[in-house]
Amino acid sequence: MTKRPTFFDEMTGSADGARHPYQPYEAWFRSEDLRELRKKSIEAERFFRRTGITFNVYGQDEADERLIPFDIVPRIISGREWARLTKGIEQRVRAINAFLYDIYHRQEILRAGRVPAELISRNDAFLPQMIGMPPPGNVYTHIVGVDLVRTDEDEFYVLEDNARTPSGVSYMLENRETMLQMFPELFSRIKVREVKDYPVQLRRSLAACAPPAANGGCTVAVLTPGIHNSAYFEHAFLADHMGVQLVEGSDLRVIDGRIAMRTTRGYQPIDVLYRRVDDDFLDPLNFNPDSMLGVPGIMDVYRAGGITIANAPGTGIADDKAIYSYMPDIVEFYTGEKAILKNVPTWRCSEPDALAYVLDNLSDLVVKEVHGSGGYGMLVGPAASKKELAAFRAKLESKPGNYIAQPTLALSTVPILTQKGLAPRHVDLRPFVLVSPDRINITPGGLTRVALKKGSLVVNSSQGGGTKDTWVLEE
Amino acid sequence: MLGKTAGGLFWMFRYLERSENTARLIDAGFRIALTRPDGADDEWASVLQTAGVADLYRSRHDELDAARVIDFLLRDTSNPSSVMSAIAAARQNARLVRTAITREVWEAVNDTYMILKQALARPVAPRNLPGSLAMIRQQSALVRGALHGTMLRNDVFDFCRIGTYLERADNTARILDVKYYVLLPSISQIGSSLDNVQWETILRSVAGQRAYRWISGGESSPIGIADFLLFDGRMPRSLRFSVGKIATNLSYLEREYDHRHHCHDLVEALSGRLNQTTIEHVFEEGLHEFIVDFLADLGQLGAQIDRDYRFQG
Repeated sequence: MTKRPTFFDEMTGSADGARHPYQPYEAWFRSEDLRELRKKSIEAERFFRRTGITFNVYGQDEADERLIPFDIVPRIISGREWARLTKGIEQRVRAINAFLYDIYHRQEILRAGRVPAELISRNDAFLPQMIGMPPPGNVYTHIVGVDLVRTDEDEFYVLEDNARTPSGVSYMLENRETMLQMFPELFSRIKVREVKDYPVQLRRSLAACAPPAANGGCTVAVLTPGIHNSAYFEHAFLADHMGVQLVEGSDLRVIDGRIAMRTTRGYQPIDVLYRRVDDDFLDPLNFNPDSMLGVPGIMDVYRAGGITIANAPGTGIADDKAIYSYMPDIVEFYTGEKAILKNVPTWRCSEPDALAYVLDNLSDLVVKEVHGSGGYGMLVGPAASKKELAAFRAKLESKPGNYIAQPTLALSTVPILTQKGLAPRHVDLRPFVLVSPDRINITPGGLTRVALKKGSLVVNSSQGGGTKDTWVLEE
Repeated sequence: MLGKTAGGLFWMFRYLERSENTARLIDAGFRIALTRPDGADDEWASVLQTAGVADLYRSRHDELDAARVIDFLLRDTSNPSSVMSAIAAARQNARLVRTAITREVWEAVNDTYMILKQALARPVAPRNLPGSLAMIRQQSALVRGALHGTMLRNDVFDFCRIGTYLERADNTARILDVKYYVLLPSISQIGSSLDNVQWETILRSVAGQRAYRWISGGESSPIGIADFLLFDGRMPRSLRFSVGKIATNLSYLEREYDHRHHCHDLVEALSGRLNQTTIEHVFEEGLHEFIVDFLADLGQLGAQIDRDYRFQG
């Protein structure tokens, strides 16, 4: 028998009474009527449905649009905790950009033997088209979402670095908007740092990376795969809040060496394209020839300095799960400092010793597919049935290189509001990071995802997770 | 603005207008069926014809049954002109152009969709029909109010208006065309009073019964009703009014973009024809022929706007 793990609860901690950052909220909560709060909870859902904050689930035709459940109890982070986190995030994001520049240029880190060369060259996320091509402003990852989990008072781990097209920021903004509408009095009592600047910062940050061909002004546009994409709401939301056009591949074509969008006044050039389309679909001439979502020839325009693509193509190599385990080395290699944020210990199943260990301890581990995302193709050992374990064992044995394994972390909990009052549920945190040539901007807070099922450790919205508003306190 | 967005706005408002028009057609048909049960079948046939779905209905159903026709026009999602289909299409377009419309307009459309989806989840019993139809009209008014109260008066607004009035002109013309046989037999006896219920239906389907009574001093004549619906510039659903609005909004676009397109010539010619033709002339040449020509011109205008402002590339 393994011993029952105990979890760090961010509201109550281990002692009696609320932890310091939660004290004012907890006092307010105790003075409120539970039934009224339940009502507010239902009101919130109606609010979300009206605004159209829905997401589409792949493979579910009928329930085309679903809501991500929202919990009205905020997740609260003290100013001091946040200051430490931002230092760690900034360090990590700088390292990621330096790593990407290096990997697509001189590959010093491979020469130094700190990262195995075959991990890069045999990786689908590595794009040869990007070799020797510095992106405008030398920024590769304009937008990063760093997934963090907490296990104790001072223990934060990076679960993954989302360096391709991280999503969820619209929920961060709408969650706050909802809270402001429902509990205005809370915000006059408790000083919470604002998040609403994000779209303005995003636009500024993108415009700071204008390509050589832009003269003077900078036209930004958001590229969406279209109305049926699971994150379409977010694409429209961001374009709307930045005040820029939301375009699809069918609106774009190459004209005079620029990417131009079809407007009611003819074709107009775009300078910076915030694309929410994967690398593979970006350019049927250079990548997947069957793609209808991208723009034929955009890579050639990009290489010639006609447009900035954000995030740059090929950044996926930095958040690949196989690369993840090398992140502490990567941070140290480029910044000369020890990594501030911890990495989760990771077994690379491609290594025979590691594979043997993983197979022996499968029921205690979380196993992830190297190229998977969104909680698909993942095994949570302690929660899996014998049948699921056996099925995964077979997968591991036949293709060990496709998997990594990590210990089941004792994710911290934050209470949610249930029928019977507060009940602890596991959470993670995705802060959103904007990178421009001269600075890194991190919006205070981020998206807190919460596993609504008692005891569940899977927070992904596609797997029944919900979200919370995330507060960073003014200090 | 993206050409695709302009097209999305245009179609969003066409569909909204269509849903309202279909609801009003159902209302008018329902009234007549209540008051004269023996003439009801003809009435439903002409409602289907006006909505442009008579063939589609016949391919699905063998008989002309009031409950079936109402359900077909109200809820059937395989009928692209049903109220539910039109609202769903309007909302889909609204999602597409989400960045161009205000939060208020989006929420009004989204609300409408959610409310109707619930209200029309099951067939509507006759006793609940007036309530449901009233709700549809109210929701349309809500969307219109949000549009007028919150949107910038720029090209975005112009495309919304053009879509609305193109659909409206099309609808009024088709009501007249389907009903012209009602108006026609009595032409020979100008001045004779028309079948009361029939002209009520026509006016009711364009929400014009009270207005017409005021204007006509209580005397109704076929030529008077036709004149009212074709040429009265005060009547917000008449052809002259609707085409006038399309022309105005196109002229705003011409000014804002500082560019004149072929569609501007077309709309000018069309409104010129409406301004110079008299009702007597129309009846001499034939009302049906006049409307057939009008619908063709209107269709051509719509296609030209689509091309000129690059809705599809």
